[in-house]
Amino acid sequence: MSHDITHDELSHDHDHKPKGFVNRWLLTTNHKDIGTLYLIFALTMFIIGGTMAMVIRLELFQPGLQFVEPFFFNQMTTMHALFMIFGAVMPAFVGLANWMVPMMIGAPDMALPRLNNFSFWLLPFAFVVLASTFFMPGGAPAGGWTMYPPLVLQGGQNVAFLVFAVHLMGISSILGAINIIATIVNMRAPNVGYLNMPMFVWTWLITAFLLILVMPVLAGAVTMLLTDRYFGTSFFNAAGGGDPVMFQHIFWFFGHPEVYIMILPSFGIVSEIIPTFARKRLFGYVSMVYATAAIAFLSFIVWAHHMFSVGMPLGGQLYFMYATMLIAVPTGVKVFNWLATMWRGAMTFETPMLFSIAFVALFSVGGFSGVMMALAPVDLQYHDTYFIVAHFHYVLVPGSIFAIIAAAYYWLPKWTGHMYDERLGKIHFWWSAISVNVLFFPQHFLGLAGMPRRIPDYSTQFAEFNMWSSIGGFAFGLAQIFFVYIVIKTVRGGQKATAQVWDDAQGLEWTVPSPAPHHTFDEYKPVDLSKMAHGDTH
Amino acid sequence: MMKKQTKKGLLVSSLLMSTVASAEYGLNLPKGVSDYSVQVYDMHMMVLWICVIIGIGVFGAMFYSIFAHRKSKGVEPAKFSHSTTVEIIWTAIPVLILIAIALPATKGMMQMDSPRDEQGEPVTMEMTVKVTGYQWKWRYDYLDEGFGFLSTLTADSNIARQKGSGIDVNTVDNYLLDVDNPLVIPANTNIRFLLTSDDVIHSWWVNEFGWKRDAIPGFINEGWTNVKEPGTYRGQCAELCGKDHGYMPIVVEVLSQSDYAAWVADQNGDSVVNQTATDEVESAQASGSDDALNNVQQNTATEDTETMAEISTDETEAGTSDQQADQGVADNQVDQAESDWSMDKLMARGEEVYNTQCLACHKIDGSGMPPAFPSLIDSPVTTDDVNKHIDIVVHGVTGTAMAPFGKMLPAEDIAAVITYTRNSFGHETGDRVQPADIEAVLQ
Repeated sequence: MSHDITHDELSHDHDHKPKGFVNRWLLTTNHKDIGTLYLIFALTMFIIGGTMAMVIRLELFQPGLQFVEPFFFNQMTTMHALFMIFGAVMPAFVGLANWMVPMMIGAPDMALPRLNNFSFWLLPFAFVVLASTFFMPGGAPAGGWTMYPPLVLQGGQNVAFLVFAVHLMGISSILGAINIIATIVNMRAPNVGYLNMPMFVWTWLITAFLLILVMPVLAGAVTMLLTDRYFGTSFFNAAGGGDPVMFQHIFWFFGHPEVYIMILPSFGIVSEIIPTFARKRLFGYVSMVYATAAIAFLSFIVWAHHMFSVGMPLGGQLYFMYATMLIAVPTGVKVFNWLATMWRGAMTFETPMLFSIAFVALFSVGGFSGVMMALAPVDLQYHDTYFIVAHFHYVLVPGSIFAIIAAAYYWLPKWTGHMYDERLGKIHFWWSAISVNVLFFPQHFLGLAGMPRRIPDYSTQFAEFNMWSSIGGFAFGLAQIFFVYIVIKTVRGGQKATAQVWDDAQGLEWTVPSPAPHHTFDEYKPVDLSKMAHGDTH
Repeated sequence: MMKKQTKKGLLVSSLLMSTVASAEYGLNLPKGVSDYSVQVYDMHMMVLWICVIIGIGVFGAMFYSIFAHRKSKGVEPAKFSHSTTVEIIWTAIPVLILIAIALPATKGMMQMDSPRDEQGEPVTMEMTVKVTGYQWKWRYDYLDEGFGFLSTLTADSNIARQKGSGIDVNTVDNYLLDVDNPLVIPANTNIRFLLTSDDVIHSWWVNEFGWKRDAIPGFINEGWTNVKEPGTYRGQCAELCGKDHGYMPIVVEVLSQSDYAAWVADQNGDSVVNQTATDEVESAQASGSDDALNNVQQNTATEDTETMAEISTDETEAGTSDQQADQGVADNQVDQAESDWSMDKLMARGEEVYNTQCLACHKIDGSGMPPAFPSLIDSPVTTDDVNKHIDIVVHGVTGTAMAPFGKMLPAEDIAAVITYTRNSFGHETGDRVQPADIEAVLQ
């Protein structure tokens, strides 16, 4: 097994890929293949969850009910969120971590390869369990992804399936996170210190800790739902001495770190991409690491800002308001650092860079509305309106999703050995960047003017902006189908990629051939630290 | 027309937060109609402008950089990768800005929690309204006056909103934002709201008042307002509460204090009929039924939820007397005769009740949306044992959206709607359920 991995003549015949579909894909323990599985799974869930979003925007295109019944609409909003959060965004990040983390730290594979296989294969089953509820009496869960009791408990048979699906997803996430931590802590090449690690590895290390800390909390919360529903307990049932608000506290103790789980790896991704195309080292590497850690810490102590309207004591509301406002500081540091990285660089604007710049700009828009809603008295107006919908879609779609797309364009040549079609990539970018704003920006106005979220029909005064939003939605949805086409085209062929791919890209992944051979860094030896994608640490 | 509006919409979007345009197009938070809502609005505008200014700075620097620092201009990339000085500056400045924002926000929060007047003296509440959320309607109880009523989406919105209703919703006045019985409150009065729920979590929100609060089963939340201007203000339930979450609007009619006093007196039945009630009676007569019955009076305060059953009884009695008043009967002597309702009367009332209370789930033709919302057509419930039918309507079905209507509707309504469902949708059981039958079950 000890051949020179930078050897250009390394051919597919020598790279020990398992033979046969079952061995190669079902039984795989290879981090790259599992990464590919995760990414394909995430893309599939993204399309399914996106289809649900299209149903939502179709019904909201004009006032009155045209296409679906209110109950089915609620199933759509609930399942859209569950599929996108647990099916698309989180698995996409795990897929990227699988592919890139070992290569970025000079490790041969993940620390726990069989666990890696298991944590992936839990996911398809989890989503089959979840999706099966569509075909049940009573339909799919319709109480919102936040699963607030008592409403969620009205959901017939689907409650048990929802709870078990969430358990499976949670186990998958925890195992994946353990694996990533074990890999980063134990498998770095001998001379790679923590402050030599690329930002993507750092952000994932911190994200993995968040996952381990909060997924069990979610599991506890949904288990209590299960026993309340089927075994006569009254954790959240006021009539039995329980407390429905307690569920919200537990849920958001998971839920707020969860939103950072969905954004921190994005920070890592754009911190890799912007320096490459600005041809400059990442500005303020160390402060980026500290800022990430600070955001992660703060994410645990701000949960009740999702609950200002439940009627907390004044002191509680003020505390959660102040703590939430603090998050703006490290987040601001990150944005300023990216700007300073671009500043006086020599930028070119390939597709990954375009998506990364759009990420910085549009994530900031979501950040601004985040600061606004941190203010408890004003949040009592914004809460549960389309203003909130606009806010979290700005941080999740042109935030997380744009970062994932940027990562896909950035590393596709490394994964496939082919360059994607730059012209099509740019079309995809402009199409997405414009339509995503048409889709979500008007929702700010809708919310402020008084449109609550999660309603299938609305008063005629909201018709105008809903129509715009729907048009943007359809355009954005189509753009992502186009993205699937670009990816498939790149996998099947295209200009051969060099090992370096991008002129000035830093990072160990660019020292191995494209496509990356099945096994990389399979000797425990020091790597060339000057190739590492970290910034100046002096 | 659509096209013209679209153009206007575009123009307005380009003006962004122009406050002049906001009133007409609903671009921004309304200033609202209380001192508190104006305070919230000002805070919103302050933080919005701070964000806009920071945004101009950040995006300006970004676009300048994109324009000037590009490889195609032949620039050489600089080598710097950190600067402790600027990093300290751009950490410290946001902290200072946040402190500046936190001060008014703290004041605002304290004002919501324990209001004080301009002299800093605690504001005393002059009246209390208890707001109870149900799937999917609101109940308002005037604790000081001792009456209360349900508030439900109006029938014309409710029919127009059905999928395939064939009704252009643009022709419906205040589509989805109108109720049969609005909450009526006096202007320039400090009003405390106590919010709770009887089933799932709801959230009571009138944008113009500047706040929302969740109505949570087992909890009593507080809110308050003091509306300066008489008028009609509309809002909606803001917390997902199931299938018809989008169909439980809130309408608050703010009357001058004298008009309000007259309205209250009328609710208590000890003064001549005032304008509001006359309208109700007229509209009720016009539609061949008596809507006014929904304005159920009740003689006891409802602070204690354990007295619910008792209250329902009170409602029933009050409702019956209202019924007599409506028919111009001067006193209670014909009470016994009135308790025997004819088939026609039960059917007419039943249809009315069905279309406001039942149609949302069981559909206008009784077909429902099985399995979550069962069909009534040829169902054993609507065709077999009538006592079982009464039991289900009065007590609800645990674990489903079928609510215990015994707590919400007067016995007449329940009797009528049961009669209606047993003699519609192709059923011809001929059963006539009388209000007395329902009262028997309630006791």
